[in-house]
Amino acid sequence: MNKLQIILSGIVKNNPTFVLVLGMCPTLGTTTSAENGMGMGLATMAVLIMSNLVISLIKNIIPDKVRIPAFIVVIASFVTIIQMLMQAYVPALYDALGVFIPLIVVNCIILGRAEAFASKNSPFDSALDGVGIGLGFTLALTVVGAVREILGSGAIFGVSLGIADYTPLIFVLAPGAFLVLGYLMVLFNKLAKK
Amino acid sequence: MELSYFAIIIGAIFVNNVVLAQFLGICPFLGVSSKVETSMGMGAAVTFVMAIAAVVAWLIQTYVLVPLDIVYMQTIVFILVIAALVQMVEIMLKKMSPSLYQALGIFLPLITTNCAVLGVAILMIQKEFNLLQSVTYSVATALGFALALVLFAGIRERLDFEDVPKAFKGIPIALITAGILAMAFMGFSGLV
Repeated sequence: MNKLQIILSGIVKNNPTFVLVLGMCPTLGTTTSAENGMGMGLATMAVLIMSNLVISLIKNIIPDKVRIPAFIVVIASFVTIIQMLMQAYVPALYDALGVFIPLIVVNCIILGRAEAFASKNSPFDSALDGVGIGLGFTLALTVVGAVREILGSGAIFGVSLGIADYTPLIFVLAPGAFLVLGYLMVLFNKLAKK
Repeated sequence: MELSYFAIIIGAIFVNNVVLAQFLGICPFLGVSSKVETSMGMGAAVTFVMAIAAVVAWLIQTYVLVPLDIVYMQTIVFILVIAALVQMVEIMLKKMSPSLYQALGIFLPLITTNCAVLGVAILMIQKEFNLLQSVTYSVATALGFALALVLFAGIRERLDFEDVPKAFKGIPIALITAGILAMAFMGFSGLV
């Protein structure tokens, strides 16, 4: 497969959020603002690229039967590394994302790509797949976060739009997450069909 | 942290419902909630596993990770323990209670990927609960999960007969329904 195609397919055709509908928990739980959504997306992307690369490198020495537990250990190790790095360098974001950082381990996107792509392709292609899917996920989370932030607190990336007095807070709270993601999916379905 | 058991239970079931307020376990929530019967089975299986996982995770945290000063290994250890636990529960149920296995069997493998189980294990450590509080918290959380799942399945069963616009079919309408359900649950905030 063309290198560029691998990246692009992750962003549009195989978009993890809007098309594959994977990793719903962080998508709903961390997108209270564009910044938080983007931070979560980037953290997941970092784990995804590293785990795809490593799994692709060691795919031939892992016996088939213990494949899944081995993948989980690799993923969990990278999640722990990211967790420590975030705690040290971006403590505010670390606090905002909370329990969802260790929960990157059970994000089905990562194990899914390990099983579907990295265990069959070369290390370089696997890393590229991680970049593509990671970008698709980051983009989706940033969009959901931005819409919720604009509608709920009248700001984008923390910059006030001067309409905060007129925005319903509900979009930053739990129900808003479901509603915004639901309607964005409808929009994506409509546009993708054309 | 001093919290009465009653406050923990009400808080975990209604106020901070695991699915509708904390967004944990969304995958099974959207995946197996098309029928009331299967969602009850899933709810029961999750309750069962979560209670056991809470005990095991609490014991490991208190008697292994903290004394050895390797708390940073928490994520790796917990996910492996949960995965192994689900396997063990499955094997034991098969031997000891075939009828229960029949009822819960197909849901058990799905639970490993249920982030609610790992999420609750991490949260109860964060909240510094003791063993009994942890078990109370995890069982109540699981009951909240089952409640949301069954309610949602009931709505979706009726939704099947409605004329839903094409672009809304499937996941989008489910998410919007969940949003309205979450709004209803917001009425409980302030109870505890």
